[in-house]
Amino acid sequence: MNAQLARARAFLTSDLQSDRVVPPSGFTARLTVFSAAAMAFLAVFALALSFAAGRLADRWSDALAQSATIRVSAPEDQQERQVQAVLAVLETTPGIASARELPADETQALLAPWFGPDLPIETLPIPALIEVVEEGTGFDPEGLRLRLQAEAPGAVLDDHDRWRRPLVAAAGRMRLVAVASLVLIGAATAAMITLAAQAALAANGQVIRVLRLVGAHDRYIAQAFVRRFTLRAAGGAAAGTALAALMLALVPSVETGSFLTGLGFQGGEWLWLPLLPVLGGAVALAATRAAALRALKGLM
Amino acid sequence: MIELENVSYGYGGGELLTEMSLKLAPGSFHFLTGPSGAGKTTFLKLLYAELLPSAGRVTVFDQSVRGLGRDEIAELRRRIGVVHQDCQFLDHLSVAENVALPLLVADRPIDTRELVELLGWVGLKGQMDALPPELSGGERQRAALARAVIMGPDVILADEPTGNVDWEMSQRLLHLLVELNRMGKTVVIATHDMNLIRSAKAQVAARVLRIKGRRLHLAGADL
Ligand SMILES: Nc1ncnc2c1ncn2[C@@H]1O[C@H](COP(=O)(O)OP(=O)(O)OP(=O)(O)O)[C@@H](O)[C@H]1O
Ligand SMILES: [Mg+2]
Repeated sequence: MNAQLARARAFLTSDLQSDRVVPPSGFTARLTVFSAAAMAFLAVFALALSFAAGRLADRWSDALAQSATIRVSAPEDQQERQVQAVLAVLETTPGIASARELPADETQALLAPWFGPDLPIETLPIPALIEVVEEGTGFDPEGLRLRLQAEAPGAVLDDHDRWRRPLVAAAGRMRLVAVASLVLIGAATAAMITLAAQAALAANGQVIRVLRLVGAHDRYIAQAFVRRFTLRAAGGAAAGTALAALMLALVPSVETGSFLTGLGFQGGEWLWLPLLPVLGGAVALAATRAAALRALKGLM
Repeated sequence: MIELENVSYGYGGGELLTEMSLKLAPGSFHFLTGPSGAGKTTFLKLLYAELLPSAGRVTVFDQSVRGLGRDEIAELRRRIGVVHQDCQFLDHLSVAENVALPLLVADRPIDTRELVELLGWVGLKGQMDALPPELSGGERQRAALARAVIMGPDVILADEPTGNVDWEMSQRLLHLLVELNRMGKTVVIATHDMNLIRSAKAQVAARVLRIKGRRLHLAGADL
């Protein structure tokens, strides 16, 4: 562990002398910094999308899983009897914390947005609504449906599953898209850095030849390139990450639970951001090392 | 120290060097001559493993070159100082840095005093901080010689080390190589310069190898 730490420190601070054996290359350097920054910028948004989609999926499944509604619409003379039957059934159903019939004023409040506050619901054949609160474990909707059918044919169980499932699935897919984007961004970064490293290696063919002739190990020669590209990529990624984070932090956050305003990081999620420059550096390290060793192989 | 057994080499066309056998004993001093294009540089490249023989066997420090890994070849080159005909410098580093380059890549400490002394020996004290492209042909060759000896190698291979320097300077460089040979180093010098060979023969027991008609000959005492 200590030896590794020492190696890492040597890698970062390695005497400037040995770094100078490869001449500075302004163009590929700027190119690498820029692509790393751009990629990190995109990665921040992909990451934010992934978190937001995850939060949305959680919220939908949590909020909706905890409650269900039973609608009872029977001929007027049977309505009250069936409601009582449903409540009796619910009392003996495992997984249900409580159930209550919505009183008329609450039903009216529910309908008010559509029909106005003065709807005379007593005179209308409005179905009775029973609100069911589940226990954490949830109940078995199919079993409940069968029992309701026997006891109260006018009762319909709406466990919100019907419309919850596609929403949760959509959020899940969105998250998948975000994760796939992250993977692609990583791969594209590796590809760009490989190209930049190859350009630098080709431009420095004579330097590499001379180093080899005076007895440098492949490791030493590769290191001179790897160090540069790693530090450039990490630096660029840090800048891109910081810029994107700043922009996300400036997006007005409204507690409406809307997807757009939820796009960002919350709490511990911010801790993922410092990982991006590290990952960018790691990708550059692997890509440059591979390119350098490949280039060296053709040289005695 | 270095041994060739039936070594042949060709660049892809026909064979350039055919069935060459040779033993370089430790502490020996050899000249390598032959017409331009005969393959002297190629021959030296076989000795420090920049080229592998197409047939036969090159053994350096008791190891067959063909079986060496890349790191082992690097180690081998640290023990063989080479003056390349085309010098091979890093043009963005100063002369002093170029001369010290073998120490740098081998991660060995650089003794500045010794470095300056060596540069003084080859008459480059004043050009220490110059870049190689700013040097004259002869100055470059002198810098190349300094770089070849800085690691204290067991073998020194010099490809036309005196091609571009005046007689006085070539005598001085020869003297440096003779001194190193007296310290036990094995020396091979490729050259066209017969006067240089004669002058060396007065100082050491030098043998003369000649590449002619793709073969290696040991020249007679007529030189
Ligand atoms: N990399 C190469 N690829 C193909 N042919 C080469 C290569 N290097 C040298 N040759 C050819 O091999 C022959 C020998 O070249 P070499 O450099 O060994 O000659 P030399 O004896 O050192 O000549 P000089 O005295 O002019 O330095 C030449 O005809 C040259 O054209
Ligand atoms: Mg030559």
